[in-house]
Parts: sequence; C-alpha cells; structure tokens
Amino acid sequence: MAILIYAESENGKYKKDSFEIASYARVAADKLNTSVTAVSINADDPNELGNYGVDKVLHISNDSLKNFNAVIYADIIKQAFESESSNLAILSSSSNAKYLGSLLSVKINAGYITNVIEIPKEFDPLTVKRNSFTNKAFEYAKINSKNRQLAISKNSHGVIENKTSIQIETFEVTLASSEINVKSTEKASNKVTIADAEIVVSGGRGLKGPENWGMIEELADVLGAATACSKPVSDLGWRPHSEHVGQTGKLVSSNLYIAIGISGAIQHLAGINSSKVKVVINNDPDAPFFKAADYGIVGDAFEVVPKLIEGLKTFKSQNT
Amino acid sequence: MSTKFYPLNIMKILVCISHVPDTTSKINFIENNSKFDEKGVQFVINPNDEFGLTRAMWFKEKQGASVDVINVGLADTEPTLRKALAIGADKAIRINSDPKNGLNVAKQIAHIVSSESYDLVIGGRESIDYNGGMVPGMIAGLINYNFVDKCISLEINNDSITAAREIEGGKEIIESKLPLVVAGQKGLVKESDLRIPNMRGIMMARRKELQVINAIDEDNSTCTVSFEKPKPKEEITLVSSDNVGELINLLHNEAKAI
Repeated sequence: MAILIYAESENGKYKKDSFEIASYARVAADKLNTSVTAVSINADDPNELGNYGVDKVLHISNDSLKNFNAVIYADIIKQAFESESSNLAILSSSSNAKYLGSLLSVKINAGYITNVIEIPKEFDPLTVKRNSFTNKAFEYAKINSKNRQLAISKNSHGVIENKTSIQIETFEVTLASSEINVKSTEKASNKVTIADAEIVVSGGRGLKGPENWGMIEELADVLGAATACSKPVSDLGWRPHSEHVGQTGKLVSSNLYIAIGISGAIQHLAGINSSKVKVVINNDPDAPFFKAADYGIVGDAFEVVPKLIEGLKTFKSQNT
Repeated sequence: MSTKFYPLNIMKILVCISHVPDTTSKINFIENNSKFDEKGVQFVINPNDEFGLTRAMWFKEKQGASVDVINVGLADTEPTLRKALAIGADKAIRINSDPKNGLNVAKQIAHIVSSESYDLVIGGRESIDYNGGMVPGMIAGLINYNFVDKCISLEINNDSITAAREIEGGKEIIESKLPLVVAGQKGLVKESDLRIPNMRGIMMARRKELQVINAIDEDNSTCTVSFEKPKPKEEITLVSSDNVGELINLLHNEAKAI
C-alpha cells in the first residue's frame, strides 16, 4: 500500500518538482504508516530521491522512452501503481504531469484532485485543500473512491531534505501504443521559465513601450528571475504571448513576484495570487495592486528600477 | 438521437462549453460555504473554451465541419449555450446533471462523443472556476481518443493533425490522427479573433436546436466539502522611492525571498 509518486526527469536530471512531491509524499506516508515508492524513467541517479524521503525507486531505463509521451508514461505509472498495490498516486503540476494525470486517473479508477496545496487533513476519506476559482478561493475536496490521485501545486509544500535508506529496483514495463508523435520541441535554452522560476519580474503598460524592457531584463538577470508581462502588454505585441501572466495566461506561483508599472486588474491578480511575496512599483498610489502586494514603492519605475538593480548588485556581491 | 442531417465525410466537431462566472466577478459563498453565490454574477463561456469554439468555427468556415456545443449542467447554463449558438455553432446539447466533479462531466460527454462518433472534441485547458484541468484528458482516456493538452495551435488535413502543446519555456509540435480531443487555450486563435455575437446570430440562435439529455451513471468519486475565502491581506509595507535599499533589506531579512 505504498504511496506512489512519479518522479519526473528531463535529460536524466530530476526536476525540482519531483523533490517537492517526494517531500510531500514522505509527510503523508508517515501519517499513514506506509512507505514512498517513486517511478522514475531514464534518470541518471535514482539514489538522489533518497535525500527527500523516498524508500524505493522503480527504475526504468529504456531508449524508446527518451521522449515524453503522455499515454505511454501514464500506462507505465499504472503498471507501477498495480505492482505496488498502491491506492494513492501523487503527481506534480508540471505540464507533463498534468498531461498524463487525467489519463492516469481514468486508467487506475482514481478520484483525482488537482492544485493541492496542503497535506490532507484526513485520509479516510481523503480530504484536502486546493486552490480554486483561479486563486480567488480555496476548496476542501474529498475523494470517495478507493484509489486516489493528487496533483500538488508548485511551491506549496517546498523541498524538504529527509535521508532514507533507498532501495533501487529495475522495473520491467510493457509499452502501450500511442498515435501521438512529437515532431520537435522548441525551447529557449538559457532562459529561466516562468513556471520554474523562484522569482518573476513582470512589466506592465506603465513601461510605455517595448524599448524600455532592457531594465526589466537586467533586473531579472540580477535576481536569476524569469520575465513576464501583463495582458495589455502582450496584446499590444510588446512582449510575446508566452509571457502573459493572468487568468487567461500563465499562472505564477513563485516565491517572489515583482510587478512594475502594472495597475493590478483583478484578472492579473488572479494569475499571481498564489505567489508568496508580492512587490509592486507604480507611480499611481491608487493602483489596485497596492491592495494586493506585500511591499510597494510609489514612484517612477524609470527612476526606481535602475536604483533597485544597483542596490541588488551590491547586495549580491556581499551575500554570495 | 439527433434529427440534424450532416453530409457524409464532413468533420464532426464537439466543443465543450463550461458556464463560468465572468473574470471580474467577486467570489463569495453561501449555505455554510458549500456553494458559490451566484447572486449578481454574470456568467460567460469559459475563456479557454471560447478560444476552442472560435477555432472550431474556423474549421467549419474554411474546411467544412459541423460544430456542436455541449455543456453538463442544469437549465441555468442554457443562456451560455445560446451564446455559443449565436457565435455560430450548429446545435447545442445540455446534459441535465449538476456537474459535481470533473470525472462526472467527462463521463457524460464521453458517452455522447462515442455514440455520436465525433471526430474532434475541443475543451478548455481548465475552467476558470473549479480549475480542475482534467475533463478533456479524461474524455480521451475513457474512449481511447488521441489527446493534446494545453493546445496552442491546431491544423487538420483529412484525418492527420498537427498541433502545438505549450510546455515550460516553449512548445512541442505533435503529429497525430483523428479522432482527437484537445484541451485548448489562448493561442489556438488570437484574442482579436474572438467573436461577439451579432444581432443576426442571436436571432438565429433562438431557432437552433438545444437538445436536453438525461445524465447516465453519475460519478461521485470526488466532491466538494466546503469553500474558503483567502484571509484579508495584511497592510502593504510601503518603502520610499528614495530608499530602495530598505526594500532589498526587507525582502532579504523579513520576507526571506532573496
């Protein structure tokens, strides 16, 4: 009855999300007096999972699984779920995990809850808190079925070190067939992505034009942050759509979100509400963002941001 | 089941329409925080579904297709379905069921998709109210259709499809075949391509068929216990624009964010 997690890796390296759900599963397993088993596909070093509370890894190494395929991967997780006689599967909220998650829940007949932000307050029946209404509310949801599946919201639990004596087992799988063929992947290689970033620096219409994004990028660089923008900015074509943050764009759950020249429309705030610390820089003291943020500076972005960049450079040189 | 006649070999598209509070709505709960308070709330087509509906209309107009829309809900969702008809869908189906959870919605829709042999099912990445983000994938899983999540472009040539899926920091180009389910979002069409129903569309929508079907085999694998609103925000800490160093200090020592 182990808890089963899918420890996602990319080019052989585990994603941070995998360590976070391992940490989450460890806490849940201790409450249930059970163990944590991870399914791992083509990862270089499965032992790494032992730093985050995993007891056993079902290690799969197979060249035909080099590219992610939701149907085939979901079927492998199902095989692991059955072989471990598990009744609780835990996934992250990465694009791939969410893609395979809905397919998996049907395959294993599990009641499925996504956007989970806490350890279940009860396990029988499982009752857990999740984000709902695009971060404008929380929901306590309950699973009535025997098999259960959760997708944990990014950055909601954190990565917690917890050394275990890990056991690695080679897992033989049969591969399902799929008519989905990935032809190519286009990915900006050296840029921090909004989804993976700890810090996001975001610009709005207050920056007056795309030519002024240099300082946003420089600030992001100093902080190791991803850049984002408000909806009007992407609609005007100043920045690519992939940077649009808000209800109909990307949802951000970073540790720190810095909004520059963004007024804070309700749809924008919905997209960033689950970020932990919010900072606003805006010259209009009545901008709604000041009601939603933790820290703020009322001032001209063109004066404040360069000062902030200089200050952070000094800070970084003293603190690293 | 349907009285409508479709010429042979025309692609049959079904667009799943979720009936959601407008993005600017205030979110409140009633009945001991167990139910969303609909008082004074304007309901709209879920934005992610609207991108899909608009792409479906493109297929209908440029390549020839029939476009039906479906919602799992009670009678109060019908104005939202009528709006989809006014935008140009041919027929609407409402499955009379309180949409308790994602799997229930998926089961109801999957049943119609397979009995009516739809070639393409377009849903949204997630609804902006419950944000389950699971219905399209579950439909595909239940009836073994191909599935593309977070779909940001879709081209169809006979029964071959080329789609783009949004991934962290980029996109993936996928080739597959009909029958297919996609979970759509912005990118499937541009925001400026979205259509506002005109008077003629609204008049025509009144005469279009809105079929009400009873639910089958309702699912109860998950349910809502209660809702909770976020705690009121603490007062913001304002820092003078002449003292940016103080902001860095607070972010480091107090918020521990840098």
